[in-house]
Amino acid sequence: MSAPSDNMTIASPVRTKPLLLRHLPYFIAAAILVALAATMQFDGYILNILMQATTFAIAVFGLSVVLGLCGQINLAQAAFFGFGAYAVGIGTTDLHVSYWVCLVAGCVIALGAGAFLGMSTLRLGGHYLAMVTISFQQIVTLVMINAIGLTHGPDGVSNIGRPDLFQTAQGYLAFCVAVLAIVGYAVWHLPDTRLGRAMRAVRDNELAAGVNGIDVFRTKVYAFALCAALGGLAGGLFAGGFAYVSPDQFSFAESIVFLTMSLLGGVASPIGSAIGTGLLILIPEWLRFLKSVPGLYLAIYGLFVILIIRYMPDGIWGFIGTALDRWRSRIRAPAAAAPLLLKPATVGGDIVLEVTGLSKYFGGLKAVDGVDISVKRGGVHALIGPNGSGKTTTLNVLSGLYKATSGKVLLDGTDITTMPPHQRTAAGLGRTFQNIRLFRSMTALENVEIGAERPGNTLIGQGGAAALTERAMEALTFVGLGPRANEPITSFSYGHQRLIEIARALAANPTLLLLDEPAAGLNSTEKLELHELLKRIAAQGLTILIIDHDMTLVSEAAQHITVLNFGRRIADGESMAVLRHPDVVSAYLGSE
Amino acid sequence: MDLVLQLLFTGIGIGAVYALVALGFVLIFRATNVVNFAQGEFSMVAAYLMVVFAVDLGWPYWLSFLLALAGMALLGVVFNLGVYYPLRHRSFLPVIIATIGASILMANSVLAIYGPQPQVLQGWFETPGIQLGPVYLDSQYLLIIAVTIVMVIFNYWFFERTMLGKKLQATSQDKEMASLLGISVSTMIMITFIYSAVLGGLAGILVAPVLFVSIQMGSTIALKAFAATIIGGFGDVAGAIIGGLALGVIETFGAAYISVPYKDGFAFLVLVLFLIFRPQGIFGERVAEKA
Repeated sequence: MSAPSDNMTIASPVRTKPLLLRHLPYFIAAAILVALAATMQFDGYILNILMQATTFAIAVFGLSVVLGLCGQINLAQAAFFGFGAYAVGIGTTDLHVSYWVCLVAGCVIALGAGAFLGMSTLRLGGHYLAMVTISFQQIVTLVMINAIGLTHGPDGVSNIGRPDLFQTAQGYLAFCVAVLAIVGYAVWHLPDTRLGRAMRAVRDNELAAGVNGIDVFRTKVYAFALCAALGGLAGGLFAGGFAYVSPDQFSFAESIVFLTMSLLGGVASPIGSAIGTGLLILIPEWLRFLKSVPGLYLAIYGLFVILIIRYMPDGIWGFIGTALDRWRSRIRAPAAAAPLLLKPATVGGDIVLEVTGLSKYFGGLKAVDGVDISVKRGGVHALIGPNGSGKTTTLNVLSGLYKATSGKVLLDGTDITTMPPHQRTAAGLGRTFQNIRLFRSMTALENVEIGAERPGNTLIGQGGAAALTERAMEALTFVGLGPRANEPITSFSYGHQRLIEIARALAANPTLLLLDEPAAGLNSTEKLELHELLKRIAAQGLTILIIDHDMTLVSEAAQHITVLNFGRRIADGESMAVLRHPDVVSAYLGSE
Repeated sequence: MDLVLQLLFTGIGIGAVYALVALGFVLIFRATNVVNFAQGEFSMVAAYLMVVFAVDLGWPYWLSFLLALAGMALLGVVFNLGVYYPLRHRSFLPVIIATIGASILMANSVLAIYGPQPQVLQGWFETPGIQLGPVYLDSQYLLIIAVTIVMVIFNYWFFERTMLGKKLQATSQDKEMASLLGISVSTMIMITFIYSAVLGGLAGILVAPVLFVSIQMGSTIALKAFAATIIGGFGDVAGAIIGGLALGVIETFGAAYISVPYKDGFAFLVLVLFLIFRPQGIFGERVAEKA
């Protein structure tokens, strides 16, 4: 939790004119919509539908952030919507506070509640979040109905005020449309910011996100709180629009309506949210006769949810988007890149990694038991041992995925023993996984960009989009995949995916690179290529700690070898001497 | 003191219902790694089936009971084929969203058919209860507690002592290995869904005479049962039962001494306290994902 505070701020897009110009049509279209909302003559019925659609869409944008971008569920969006609505409702009527203050207060209350819920639950699995948000939704409804002194109970709050500036219904609608346009723009661009990239990485693979320097828990809490705040904003606008709120407008059923809107349109994009919201407000209006039977139209929503998840998991917009992509599917090859520069930071002395007395027990099982390793700067150090000797456990303790039972780990003189994974990465650690962990919904380039964005990477300047792309392209070119940078991960072979994972670690410019069985599953040609790659990395002076079973690779690449067996160190020293050591020979081949 | 004993009895009775539903949760979770958010609706549907057979059609109670449980077994099959099975290779998020969709579908279909008025179902016994010293033992609560004890013992016997139970356990621990050993994984999952639908239905039928039979009863019971599984330790059978009983008692005392309208809020409060201070529950161990 004590990561640098600039770690997660939304990087203000350092965009120059071309981009703003490219987005000019969006703002012109938005301005036209606002003008239309203000000037066209609507009857009251149409006006109500438009007002509802506009405010609901903002709440659904929130779901596209938390569910679409970050992969976390929120079944209490109607409760957060209710916070905003009641803040404006109670504030402008009973408390006689300015509308603007109430609107902001509603957002802040929703944000705070969202952050609290998120912090209590987001360290745990996703089903906890689902149940906790449902419970929270029920409690909020209970309070709205029963705390009559505050909320007026089932009667609700009426005669809710509007700001002086937008007293007329159409003026207020125009204001809501303007807010919708601005929020939509922000949500649309969120994926290209640092926070947005972090959310996508967390959605795709939490462990990999952590070892690439992303604070997984904090990212999830931010996404959840942001979603709640958008719910609050939408609710505040809604209350001003309809001048009346009551508990049944913010029930669990409404949370499900929001969820269905999001899923139907396409959870990944604000355009999908807008489509879903529009359809699910219009369709029930066309099919009003269904409303005469209580429950019928919610039952249909439930059926929709099941069918969409099964047959159209990316929603309407995702469906259209895939078709469009296929139609214009020429993937542009990126520009050639400069040679990759690895400039590992040197703070400490001759030893990069100093491990002393490291132990990891699982209950009674001593997986790692009092191991010492010291890795010299600029060399390739191998950690070998028979299956089950504790190699991968050691690596997982080193990268912070497991907590050490005892012992000490110094990286370049910094004690990282108790740090969570993302802070170790910030301190200069990079790693790959035995079973490849890439962000599977992204392209190769995007994967490597996330690596390049490591907090503490000095080679990306201010960390602007251009610098990140450049750095990532250099790393991909270094492993020989530059021309295919814009292809999705799924189109690469297993061996190439391994190279992308190494490129992702290299782009971060780590001080120490941990490679977990990089040769596993590679064929002999690929192994030769890997060996060449390791040589080129080592030639730039980057220190490597490698685990592998391939003795040819290990004996040729590593100058120094540490051997583990049954969690203990049985040999350590210069490669050839260690491999001839009688204990090592008997550990691998058995003794006579 | 008399009141405390009386409340304790009522709390254990209601807690036994939560424990039964929680057991259904845990079984499906262990077999499929999925939390079934429609588990509570199984209870609700079963209670309505009882109303249809025993009240509307006037059939004998025991026959209605058997028919309702048979209906639940059928629902378990339909649920598995329609909701879980097509998504079995997808990640957990689509699956839980689908089960939430199924929960909404079931609750509101019943609402559309039966309307919003709560229904009344008689208890199994003619005698309302017996006075034992200072405590009045309601016969339905006695039945609930007895059935829960029997089901827990049955559960233990079934999973530990029968071949089918062992196959189910093997499937839940490692699907691939189980299928390599010739166990039909899809059959095992089907059996799990049938069993937990019946278990949920049993809880619904038992609790129906105590509560009203209403559309909301499913989601209320499901939330309590889920809280019970977290309190006990997620995925742990003994934990689900202890957690369910504990929750029933806490809630009954909370309603008696603190507030009736917020009765359903206590479960949530306890849940959040556990999530913050002991997320692994009473019996659970925290399991880290292997890198």
